[in-house]
Amino acid sequence: MNSAVPLLRMEGISKRYGGVRALEKAELSVEAGSIHAILGENGAGKSTLIKIMSGVVAPDEGRMTLDGREVSFASPGAANKAGIVCIFQELSLIPELSVADNIVISDPPKRFGMIDRRAQRRIAEDALARAGADDIHPLALVKDLPLSRRQMVEIAKALARKPRILILDEATSALTATDVSKIFGVLKRLRSEGLALLYISHRMNEIAELADQCTVFRNGRNVASYEAGSKSDNEVVELMIGREYSHIFPPKPAAAPSGAAPRLEARKLSWADRLDNISLTVRAGEVVGLGGLDGQGQRELLLAFFGVLRGLSGEVLIDGKPVAISSPAAARKDGIGMALIPEDRKTEGLMLPMTVRENLSFAALDRLAKGGIIDRAAEQRLIDDMVSLLAIKTAGLDIPVGALSGGNQQKVVIAKWLMRQPRIILLNDPTRGIDVGTKQEIYQLMRKLADAGAAILFYSTDYDELIGCCDRVLVLYDGAVKRELVGAEITERALISSALNIHGEESPVGLGASA
Amino acid sequence: MKDWRYWLAEQRGTLLALGIFIVMFVIYTSNHPAGFTANVVQTAANKGVLLAFVAMAQTLVVITAGIDLSVGMIFLLTNCLASWLVVGTPTQTALGVVAVLAIGLLCGAINGAIVIYGRLQPIVATIATGAVYYGIGLLLRPFPGGSVNEDLADALTGRVFSVVPASLVVLLAIVLVIWVPFSRSVLGRAAYAAGSSETAAYMSGVPIRRGKFAAYTLAGLLASIGGLFLTFFTYTGEAAYASGNSYTLFSIAAVVLGGVSLFGGKGSAIGAIFGALAFRTIGDLLFVFDFDPLWQPLFQGVILLVAVSLGAFALFRVRNRLEWFL
Repeated sequence: MNSAVPLLRMEGISKRYGGVRALEKAELSVEAGSIHAILGENGAGKSTLIKIMSGVVAPDEGRMTLDGREVSFASPGAANKAGIVCIFQELSLIPELSVADNIVISDPPKRFGMIDRRAQRRIAEDALARAGADDIHPLALVKDLPLSRRQMVEIAKALARKPRILILDEATSALTATDVSKIFGVLKRLRSEGLALLYISHRMNEIAELADQCTVFRNGRNVASYEAGSKSDNEVVELMIGREYSHIFPPKPAAAPSGAAPRLEARKLSWADRLDNISLTVRAGEVVGLGGLDGQGQRELLLAFFGVLRGLSGEVLIDGKPVAISSPAAARKDGIGMALIPEDRKTEGLMLPMTVRENLSFAALDRLAKGGIIDRAAEQRLIDDMVSLLAIKTAGLDIPVGALSGGNQQKVVIAKWLMRQPRIILLNDPTRGIDVGTKQEIYQLMRKLADAGAAILFYSTDYDELIGCCDRVLVLYDGAVKRELVGAEITERALISSALNIHGEESPVGLGASA
Repeated sequence: MKDWRYWLAEQRGTLLALGIFIVMFVIYTSNHPAGFTANVVQTAANKGVLLAFVAMAQTLVVITAGIDLSVGMIFLLTNCLASWLVVGTPTQTALGVVAVLAIGLLCGAINGAIVIYGRLQPIVATIATGAVYYGIGLLLRPFPGGSVNEDLADALTGRVFSVVPASLVVLLAIVLVIWVPFSRSVLGRAAYAAGSSETAAYMSGVPIRRGKFAAYTLAGLLASIGGLFLTFFTYTGEAAYASGNSYTLFSIAAVVLGGVSLFGGKGSAIGAIFGALAFRTIGDLLFVFDFDPLWQPLFQGVILLVAVSLGAFALFRVRNRLEWFL
């Protein structure tokens, strides 16, 4: 089924950023009509490889051939023209433009020198339909769409460019399960149409379902290529992290602690049309998961606790006493002691151009200051503690936090809040797009914090995490808690079926089902 | 069939500006001793189009998330230049007009080149170039004076079919010839895209630089059309520093009133035109209500503050506080 000459071949590609070696004599062959998965921890060189392939950065050395002819791309536009289209992890959509404008952005249809809006609309509708996203109106502004819909637009936009090589970099990370299965159908069809697809994902089950070929990267080199399915997950993870793969998840305590009043309790929380009568409890020492499809109100629930939403109805209790939390500043106060690890570390968690030190101490400044002056020595002690506790890999405390790898940035976000010794920790999909090694450390940290007496509420889009980390999982659907799974009940099957609300028989009347 | 809703959402800023203008203009004409007559409309139009042209110029740059603090000075410079060049026989006059417009275009292109290729902040770059343009204008006209082809001037500031103000017809023509093609061209879209998210635009292979350059250059052209009209109204050229500055600032006010986002990526020059006309009507309102002209700056300031705050009222409806910062 595969032709002998690879469609795209990269040989001896090296790239350095300052003193950091991102790629070292990397090789890759991509064949038409196949899906090629690329695996590796963050910092293994996958992103750099893709950036070189799609014209975002130029390699220091090495050659790249397309159809046997040597090529080099000066810009993403040039790579697009050659038929290489990349769906980036960081979205490339323009928020103030409409969906249709975005889909045709790199090469809009023209008539008399002006953009032909009717043709544009047709192309957009066609591309959306091909991506299985015909629920999106082509005239809607991108900024008004939720993240999962934007991701679908991104995919439609890539398809509209008629690529020969399509690169998907964590393209499914924000998608709902339904969208993922649609997209998989689309990708398989594209493969049969003779496209070459490069698929980068941290999700092993996706790779198992899709890939024909796999290549593992580690420390800037391709360490192994193999036919999909010829290695077990454990073997693959070992190749990626280069060390023995033990249990990713820390053991859970035998029984969930109970007795005292719950640390955090919600009674009949409702907000706009996104949260619907949510009641829940989280005890000290407990890790409670929030599950369900993406966008069922999990994020809003965390924001509600953290004082970000206005017009909330219902009650929030801390240690059994009702509280009114009106802002994040109030939420972190001593009596409440709440911390939120946000979903988007780049905009909500960190100030990228500022230093690691500054970012770490922001949330705790009031504790470190005496009479408005920061106690430098105390700050340093606390920062040192955190850097070693979380094993943050950084060249120094005074470099911009934006220069760290994704996993280490996320550690900084977490460390920043741990500096306040929070009693309640809300986590909003904290492991999205970070590498296996860091994930493992975060799981262990969560359990350690819970054992030390914190109450943890943990939203994740990754079912494995919920199964491995949580004492209980609440599955949300359409803004309401559909099911509570405790201990051994937390299985993938149970999570998925309740996420899809398949146990719908008992679904009461008037529960805000807008359909 | 909810296409119209999206259209409405897109045009909300423009329609709001149109609404504000209509309300003010109705109050104005109904209190005017002469009422709603061709004469009153013509005078109002002639005053309004000057700011409208400069505001259109500002819009183009603001869409790219930049700002052009030199528009008022290009407006002055081309006024001074026109008072030398737009004279004589019809042929000479025509060549003069072309020369004035070409200089405006050049001023805009210089701004664009400095901002885009020199990578300077638009605010700094255009303060500097604005001072240069003013300096040249001052050398051209150290004292108010000069003249203009009065036939042309009277034709363009008079009335068509003795009803419609000619200046409005020219404004409409400019919208059709410059704004509409620009906003629907690839370059125009690139300007919007760059203003909304420059990285995303780059990643999508959008011609960002050309789009922004086109925006700055056309802004210079539009400001020079304003400068020409100033000459047609006054028959003279004058390098009046205060006037240039106030046109620059009023153009920003008009743009905001017209629903153009100062963060870039959103808005239309048509909205800015209504913003400009509304802003001008404030002064006229004071006149019909017999206020001392001394009150005018104060009133304009208050109205502007109110109008800008209208946009901020949306924040009260925001229920997720994170949206405050978007």
